[in-house]
Amino acid sequence: MVPVLSGRIQTRLVLLLVVGSVVTAVVTPLVGADYRTTFAVLAAVAVLGVGWELLYHLLMQFRWEKDWPSLFGLLTAVPEGLLLWLLLDAGLLPTVDTVPLAAYVVHFAAVWLAVWLVANGPMRVPFLRWRFRGGRLT
Amino acid sequence: MPERELRDRGDLTQALLDNATWPDSLVAEAGIPVYDVPLVTVGGGIGSFVLVDYLRIAGVPTADIRVLSTIDNPWQTYEYLTRVSQIPGPERIRSDSSSRPDNIWGFPSYALSEAWRERTLRPLVHVLGEPIFADYWTPRVADVFKSMARESGRIGYPTMLVKGVVRMVRRRAGGGYFTVLTPPVGTGPTKRVAYRSRFVHLAVGYPGLRFLPDLQEFREKYGDFTRVVNAYESHEHVYEALRTRPGTVMVRGGGIVASRVLQRLMDDRERFGLQTKIVHIFRTFVTGAHGPHLWSRRKGGDGWAYQGFNYPKSVWGGQLKAKMRRLDGAERATEYKRMGGTNTPKRRRWQQQMRAGREGGWYEASQGLVERVEPAADGTLVSLVTGDAGTRKIGADYIIDCTGLEADIAEHRVLADLLAHGGAGRNPLGRLEVERHFEVKGTASGDGALYATGAATLGGYFPGVDTFLGLQIGAQEITDDLARRGFGRRIGSVRSTTQWVRWAFGRPVREG
Ligand SMILES: Cc1cc2nc3c(=O)[nH]c(=O)nc-3n(C[C@H](O)[C@H](O)[C@H](O)COP(=O)(O)OP(=O)(O)OC[C@H]3O[C@@H](n4cnc5c(N)ncnc54)[C@H](O)[C@@H]3O)c2cc1C
Repeated sequence: MVPVLSGRIQTRLVLLLVVGSVVTAVVTPLVGADYRTTFAVLAAVAVLGVGWELLYHLLMQFRWEKDWPSLFGLLTAVPEGLLLWLLLDAGLLPTVDTVPLAAYVVHFAAVWLAVWLVANGPMRVPFLRWRFRGGRLT
Repeated sequence: MPERELRDRGDLTQALLDNATWPDSLVAEAGIPVYDVPLVTVGGGIGSFVLVDYLRIAGVPTADIRVLSTIDNPWQTYEYLTRVSQIPGPERIRSDSSSRPDNIWGFPSYALSEAWRERTLRPLVHVLGEPIFADYWTPRVADVFKSMARESGRIGYPTMLVKGVVRMVRRRAGGGYFTVLTPPVGTGPTKRVAYRSRFVHLAVGYPGLRFLPDLQEFREKYGDFTRVVNAYESHEHVYEALRTRPGTVMVRGGGIVASRVLQRLMDDRERFGLQTKIVHIFRTFVTGAHGPHLWSRRKGGDGWAYQGFNYPKSVWGGQLKAKMRRLDGAERATEYKRMGGTNTPKRRRWQQQMRAGREGGWYEASQGLVERVEPAADGTLVSLVTGDAGTRKIGADYIIDCTGLEADIAEHRVLADLLAHGGAGRNPLGRLEVERHFEVKGTASGDGALYATGAATLGGYFPGVDTFLGLQIGAQEITDDLARRGFGRRIGSVRSTTQWVRWAFGRPVREG
């Protein structure tokens, strides 16, 4: 899928809501965190993500093809994960007290990888028109 | 009635030729047998195939579709063109992993299928790195045909196929169309038969070969068809001759076909230890990144404009697709000009070969316009070339024209008839003007509709028409439009998913 701005945002929100929630539900007990915390982290990935998508959209304009290689979709986990951790660490995330770094990394990486995998293929099965509309679902 | 007489009946009459709209009685008077079917698709190439695939998956039974075509299977013309232009079976094509004419979802991609089949992660790692760390991964041409053969069986394609040459499509009084078909000699009851349908789809591929004028002139004047060839004609004899005697080849053009021909010449040179020299003439010689501003720069160099696919990737689904959809007239033409033009992928192997050729002094590329080609006394061909470097005479033993399949649409009989009698018009690039949903503008007939996809429609709201993925985008738009008109179902999420499962298990698409 080669995204348009609204498609980026819609796809991110829907996939985090559906795929992200399932992964979070499964991973939370495994890393010994509580649901309130992990779902707050998930929500933060979604909310901050809107800002990130604006930035990615801007960067994409420098590409002649106006595309976004799937590798970028994977690697952007690094800056996003780091920023979110810094915010968490500084106690700037409402409703969350503290999270152990290991639990955070496992949860964040699992969600990211699952969302990325679904966006790179299976998503096209129920949403036949999605890839031709720049990731828009509406 | 003797058979002969019967066959002479059933031909086009002057009244039919003269009337843009045909009442049923006019066709009956001519003695042309009429077959009723809701939808016909003309062409039977990859464009017809992907539309039929969509429609079958949308629940249209085989009895409601007829494919009128000169070929036996949908990839036949493509196979011919790729073979002569130097993409034999084991070679890889241009389009990417998710452009799958046998699978409307593009999932699993070709790379995933290849990885599964060959039990290796390599294609997937390659796709992950593209286009940054690796060239675009693209499927082998033989695998494309194999997968289409499987899908053809799954949707019952052969049962819908009717062989013959389509002569014209005319509007029917009262709605819908008559499509006149000339069956192969001796197979039809009469010289012509007609299909009466509410819907018609045209996917006739390329209207014809276009030769460069100076080469055309040479061929006509000297009757020499062996030393001046077009890359889309069979020209194996050139490579064979070069193996028996060293020679110089002039290659003309800067597109992917030129790249393929160069690769073949250079591969042969390496494999058989040949001494072939190559002179390469570009009409437009690109020396570096080019484009109007920082947000719009395409890579280029050594003569070529570099681009993975024939248009920027977002044309098939991203920003440029959305943008083009809004443009009309001159604005659209300008945008086509900005992002179109001849280009080729920057593949690592090709770069290596050309570098070796430049260093070894046996590959030389330059800018030039060829004014004339003439035979010289020593039996070679001399091209008079004007360009940035002044006027030169360049000798060669062979000239391979790699410039294109760009003939005017009016050279195709069916399209010419549609322009003259069917209400069709031209778009800003001179081809058939179609709506966003690929209905040919101006051709509606009662509750019927006429659609077109493929190269004949280049210049419309969607630029990527002449590609597998573009043909599928067109097929999707048409299927949705037909569903709005009550023909077939709109494929929603549930149907899409259940049909995908059937695809994955190779289960046939059910009737209805
Ligand atoms: C060398 C080459 C390589 C290409 N590589 C790629 C690639 O890698 N990826 C990609 O996505 N696209 C590629 N394309 C572009 C395009 O996808 C293919 O050309 C594709 O085959 C186009 O499908 P089509 O249905 O429009 O035309 P075709 O497949 O050519 O089918 C049209 C058919 O209509 C028939 N026909 C025409 N007139 C009549 C008539 N009056 N009556 C009956 N039948 C008629 C013709 O005989 C022809 O068989 C390539 C094209 C070429 C030439």
